[in-house]
Amino acid sequence: MTDPSLAALSDTLFSIAVALYSVAVVAFCAELAFGGKKAPAVSRELVGAGGGSTTAASLPPVDEEPVKARRVGAVAMGLTLLGAVVHAGVLVTRGVATDRLPWGNMYEFGTAVVLVAVVVYVVLALRTPALRHIGVFVLAPVVLSMVGIGLFLYASAGPLVAALRSSWLAVHVSTAILGFGIFFVSGIASVMYLVRSRYEAKIAAGERPLSRIVHRLPSAAALDRTAHRTAVFGFPIWTFAVIAGAIWAESAWGRFWGWDPKETWAFIAWVVYAAYLHARTTAGWRGRPSAWVNVVGLGVMVFNLLYVNMVSTGLHSYGGVS
Amino acid sequence: MTTTVERPAAAAPGPPPAPSPLRRVGTTLLRWWRQLTAMRTALILLFLLALAAIPGSLLPQRSLSQSQVTGYFREHETLAPVLDAFYLFDVFSSPWFAAIYLLLFISLIGCVVPRAIEHGRAVLAQPPPAPRHLHRLPDSATLDSELDAAATLDVVEEELRVRRFRVVRRDGRHGPELSAEKGFLKETGNVVFHLALLALLLGLAGGKLWGYEGSILVTEGDRFCNTFQQYDTSRSGALVDASDMTPLCVTLEDFKAEYEENLTAASFTADIGYGLAGAASRNATIGVNSPLRVDGDRVYVTGHGFSPVFTVTFPGGQSFTDVSAPFLPSDTTTMASQGALKLPDVPGSDEQLALEGFFAPTGSTQGGVLTSIDPRPLDPQVALFVYSGYLGLDSGLPQSVYSVDQTQIDRGSLTEVGRANLAIGESTTLADGTVVTFSGLKEFAAMQLSHDPGQVYVLGAAVAVLVGLLGMLLLRRERVFARVGPGPGDAGTVLSVGSLTRGSAETAPRFTALTDDVSAALRRRATAKENPSS
Repeated sequence: MTDPSLAALSDTLFSIAVALYSVAVVAFCAELAFGGKKAPAVSRELVGAGGGSTTAASLPPVDEEPVKARRVGAVAMGLTLLGAVVHAGVLVTRGVATDRLPWGNMYEFGTAVVLVAVVVYVVLALRTPALRHIGVFVLAPVVLSMVGIGLFLYASAGPLVAALRSSWLAVHVSTAILGFGIFFVSGIASVMYLVRSRYEAKIAAGERPLSRIVHRLPSAAALDRTAHRTAVFGFPIWTFAVIAGAIWAESAWGRFWGWDPKETWAFIAWVVYAAYLHARTTAGWRGRPSAWVNVVGLGVMVFNLLYVNMVSTGLHSYGGVS
Repeated sequence: MTTTVERPAAAAPGPPPAPSPLRRVGTTLLRWWRQLTAMRTALILLFLLALAAIPGSLLPQRSLSQSQVTGYFREHETLAPVLDAFYLFDVFSSPWFAAIYLLLFISLIGCVVPRAIEHGRAVLAQPPPAPRHLHRLPDSATLDSELDAAATLDVVEEELRVRRFRVVRRDGRHGPELSAEKGFLKETGNVVFHLALLALLLGLAGGKLWGYEGSILVTEGDRFCNTFQQYDTSRSGALVDASDMTPLCVTLEDFKAEYEENLTAASFTADIGYGLAGAASRNATIGVNSPLRVDGDRVYVTGHGFSPVFTVTFPGGQSFTDVSAPFLPSDTTTMASQGALKLPDVPGSDEQLALEGFFAPTGSTQGGVLTSIDPRPLDPQVALFVYSGYLGLDSGLPQSVYSVDQTQIDRGSLTEVGRANLAIGESTTLADGTVVTFSGLKEFAAMQLSHDPGQVYVLGAAVAVLVGLLGMLLLRRERVFARVGPGPGDAGTVLSVGSLTRGSAETAPRFTALTDDVSAALRRRATAKENPSS
């Protein structure tokens, strides 16, 4: 039984979450704008870049960040946290309204993936304050994804189709959501690394690039490390999601693996992330090439969600998009 | 490495005796082997594998849907045969896809086997001697100790053993030293992960060779047995012996489809009786997500549909009573279905008869066009075309049982002799006096029997892949080295400690915790020595 008032509340919370994230994006932008008024000094930059590899804490010197910027940054973080709480409320109310796990269609799946991404970012930013500065680059894609999900993937609250009524839904889909959300942040960290490492290379070459925003980003080494560690965290989860999916497929479709388009792209994503983890330890692939592999991995994940569900015909047609 | 072996010989002045052809072949093979097993090659093969899988998801595949491939051939008359020549409709069983994954797995073997041997040696061997300069290690510290050299190292050893390190002490060239190591499981995880991938491929291959599956549409009340002759479609591995197939027979007693208020399918269940041929039958209820598992075989309900029942009475008085054929659902949300009933032996006539049409479990007619508005059989209706003439069933060319062969109509061998929309109980009379009555309805289930002896091994290998992966990614491999030397002015001892960690980014806090514990223990031991009575 679907409870219409709770379902409506869920939809309202969705809009509130998007609004909160949008304001957070503005606040993160303001933080970047207020910070680092002076053009970056070469010497200080090198200290910042080396900070990650020494055993001392990799915090940037306090005087680098004006009080105003720090306050705005704290506001942005607060808004993000609040947004995440409301965002979680979207799924909880939908789950209660429909009396089932709230990931039975693309709208719910996408909403959950974005929530995981936000939570991963918040955890990273709280543990390593320097990473807070990638906030705008995480939250902007988050807002875009949420708007896209709301506009194009929306499916009204309803019961699950028969094929999804299995306890494997909790196992397979939950881990797929977790893996996707973690890879989302990992991919963004790699994109930021690509931007930042070019900037650092320019400084090392004696040029004086005047990008204040890139200057405020964490060091390339820290971004690369973040991308790698999140991918290392996400990869076993994704592996488990694929294995759980195969076990479910064996009891639902009569075979554990059949190269259904979704399975094929899950496999491609797995191979690409395996390649990323190998590339990072292979001579000639470290740094920028491996970061590109991670970005391709995120592209594959998004393609797997959008193209495979909406365009191709396969067994994973639970989109609920009409 | 190979290039350094080869180049000096080629560049040497005064050419040395040319290597024997056998040797040259050997060198070339060795170079290929090294290149194949290099990480860089493995990476490229991984990318190729990902890339090769893409057409398999973008183009229709025979293994998934033969009819979609046929449709693609119809729409792209010139392109399709070209793609087909490159196995692009059978990507996952194509030679080039196999070539990529076999090369990858050979590369993997070449990489992981030496690594496993090396790892085995390392497990048996003692931790390596301490390096000369401990302060050059990623984490290092110097502590002062009031104890003598041996007692100081005793304290370090105790602290490390508590942390489950393997410790060895040596009298090194630069003073008494200690080497400790733990975290072999990290590399073990790595080896297990890669070997389990090989096992997974073997399980997969075994399942393909010795496995089979068959599908059949079964109307309520009917039964089928596990033989290839009975199945509508089947696939079997190269090593399947038809006489070894489980002699299982299954009867579909009742099929039920249930729907939510908004017509979302809630459940499909089939009550079946099953048993070995000749043996007593047992009952079971199977459905979506819950197949019947018996003797290594699994029986599934993969779909369902309706078989409209007709009674055809001929002018001569003879009749076919309650004949039916399954109509395939073309839209699973409304169960709008299409099918054909072919009657090749019409009594008292050389002409054959066929009913082809559209079935709606809950029909709604607007402007003479019948559509289905509900998947439940609330008001079943059919829209029928009746054909008379030659069906072409014995022409030797295969034709669908769900439709009348269009070429026979185009050729004029079959002609339309009537059309009608009928609800249950209604009938239509053809020009020659034949009466066709839509007399009832049966439900059928699409059932599938699968046999895959490899899947248990694949599951085991997959679990091993995951366990190995977790060990490889989450565990740390740590080495700690310590060396003692005399303190300034021979007062006490100076202890240098250094550590090297693989698999963790935040090593500093752990190292600090270790050195803090060591210096606390050193102080405790020193005070205990000064005041032995307390």
